[in-house]
Amino acid sequence: MKHTLNQVFHSGKFLVGFTILMTVLVIVFVYPLIVRTPPLQIIGQGTFFPPGIYVSTYDAINAPTVYTLNLPDAEARRIANRLTQEDRIAMKEWLVAFGVPEEEIDIDDTAQLLAQWEANYDPNLRLPGMTFARHRYFQRVNASIDGLLSTEGAIIAARNPETGELTEKSIVKQTDFANVNDIANVRILTLGTDNFGRDVTTQLVAAAGVSLLIGLVAGLIATTIGLVLGLMAGYIGGVVDDVIMFVTNLFTVIPTFVLLILISFSIGQDRRGAVTIAIVIGFTSWVWTARAVRSQVFSLRNRDHVNLSKLSGHPLPRIIFADILPYIASYVVMAFILQISSGILAEAGLSILGLGPRTTETPTLGLMMNWAMIYQAHILGKWWAYMPVLLTIALITFSMNLMNTGLDQVFNPALRD
Amino acid sequence: MASSGNLCLSGTGVTKVFGFGRHRTLAVDHVDFAFHEGEIISIVGESGSGKTTLAKMLLGLISVTEGEIYFQGKKRDISSGRKKKEYWRNIQAIFQDPFSAYNTFHKIDAVLLDCIKLRGGGGLPKEEKVRLMTEACSFVNLKYAELTNKYPFELSGGQMQRLMIARIFLLKPKILIADEPTSMIDACSRATILDYLMKLRDETGMTLIFITHDIGLAYYVSDTVYIMEHGRFVESGSADEVILHPKQPYTRRLISDVPKIYEEWDLSTV
Repeated sequence: MKHTLNQVFHSGKFLVGFTILMTVLVIVFVYPLIVRTPPLQIIGQGTFFPPGIYVSTYDAINAPTVYTLNLPDAEARRIANRLTQEDRIAMKEWLVAFGVPEEEIDIDDTAQLLAQWEANYDPNLRLPGMTFARHRYFQRVNASIDGLLSTEGAIIAARNPETGELTEKSIVKQTDFANVNDIANVRILTLGTDNFGRDVTTQLVAAAGVSLLIGLVAGLIATTIGLVLGLMAGYIGGVVDDVIMFVTNLFTVIPTFVLLILISFSIGQDRRGAVTIAIVIGFTSWVWTARAVRSQVFSLRNRDHVNLSKLSGHPLPRIIFADILPYIASYVVMAFILQISSGILAEAGLSILGLGPRTTETPTLGLMMNWAMIYQAHILGKWWAYMPVLLTIALITFSMNLMNTGLDQVFNPALRD
Repeated sequence: MASSGNLCLSGTGVTKVFGFGRHRTLAVDHVDFAFHEGEIISIVGESGSGKTTLAKMLLGLISVTEGEIYFQGKKRDISSGRKKKEYWRNIQAIFQDPFSAYNTFHKIDAVLLDCIKLRGGGGLPKEEKVRLMTEACSFVNLKYAELTNKYPFELSGGQMQRLMIARIFLLKPKILIADEPTSMIDACSRATILDYLMKLRDETGMTLIFITHDIGLAYYVSDTVYIMEHGRFVESGSADEVILHPKQPYTRRLISDVPKIYEEWDLSTV
């Protein structure tokens, strides 16, 4: 036993898979201790905030210490940042219409573009063929660019609640800086927010935990049923075998996923919790385990060591637990690992169809995919709402399959590299 | 000749059929036999003749399709677990392949302790158990102190088969079925195994049913020989009678197939 474990932990593939899975597990357990917001709390007003560090503007203005930094490229950066893509395209359009050669204009080079604009644009010049509305539009673009180039600071004013008068409180100059450490409210949203304005990272960690639980429960149920039925059919044989194989064949013929959909649907939205779904998945996926265990037991029960155990007067339970189970344990462990990963996938599949656990309590990986799909994250290009979920599912399944391959190589020497 | 002794194990019309329909195989076909106490019996036949199936039926490991087996003159009753256990106190076996005969997850001590337990020695003090195991091991020239805490697969094939004999030494059954005990062992260890088997048999006076494909070996060890072909006993009698004056062509063929080291091989019959 110790020897086998030693071998298992010397298998590279198993070790890599195990490490990935353990990392995921550690994150699942440790993250909630650090970030204490509930995973489904709505923090953002609006949908799909992109990933990044969010700094409270109010707190930044009221930072206790104001630092003055004279950075040579600060202005250029500011203008480049505030000059929208739309404006840049409009500027190019005018310049081309005016007669500047198109290849000389690079809309990504802010300084050059502004210089060309300054040199050529005349608000009073109405280019031939341009509508009046278009002419006015370019005048507005020019006004906004003039605003950009202003070096005046911004005035912070407070409104007197009685008279409604504005009293100047302070001026924020363009060279004023606040240290992020001084700002009370900074929130890092590594993966932004989802369609409801919930933090995707927190949600993802919670979802990975719930999905692993679903996989574990489903895997345990499926493996237990498969193991018990397989052992009974294989060891007792005869009529018991015939009955069990009849049921097993019945389950093999019915497509499991269709069965899963039908059962989930008939349970109803209100009663579908994460564990309920796990149980349903478990009860529909034991078939292959049962078949495989049966055939293994079939060949084992006629082996000499089983005969010797019988001749030594051992009772049936002891023969099953001491002489049969240890020999198929490696297979059952591998089947269990695969059942966990396929349970996670099955939950994801069900949830995408809207038949997963009810949506109000806990997120699951499948539910997150479902939400992202319903709110068209993939069409809007909000990758952070679905890509991390996909990657998490892939990573978990991959690690489990890698562990399975590693175990396979340890237990079946013919497969070793 | 011990054939005058009491009947120990006998059978009438013992038949075993595997499968049904197109896959129906008649492994053992209505065989009759009478083994007497203290006798050494050989059942000889080529592979697939039904020797091992018969042995398993005698051991009560598989059911008998048809016919009846009598143990000590009475109909054998192994209908419940308790009765089976009682039956297995009297009849034991040594298997062909020592490498698959042990549970690889259990240590050697466990194998020997099981035998003491089956003999009703489960409540003995630990020193007494160790003494019994040491005695059994030294009978087959193994050192208990070296075997304890070892797994069976750490031994060589010959050692494992000797351990199997040590097991029988502890159990002291009335009947021992040795199913090709030497066929997986190298030639040198073979003689040792046979010697220990014979020594054990001489000490305990048990009935020894020797199953083999080697008719020379059968002649060497046994009092009575049964020749088996296609699930049937085609010839039986005392060893001298059967082997020195064979009546059946099958028996003659088996005899001529024994390789003789000092003669040129006659390959025309192969």
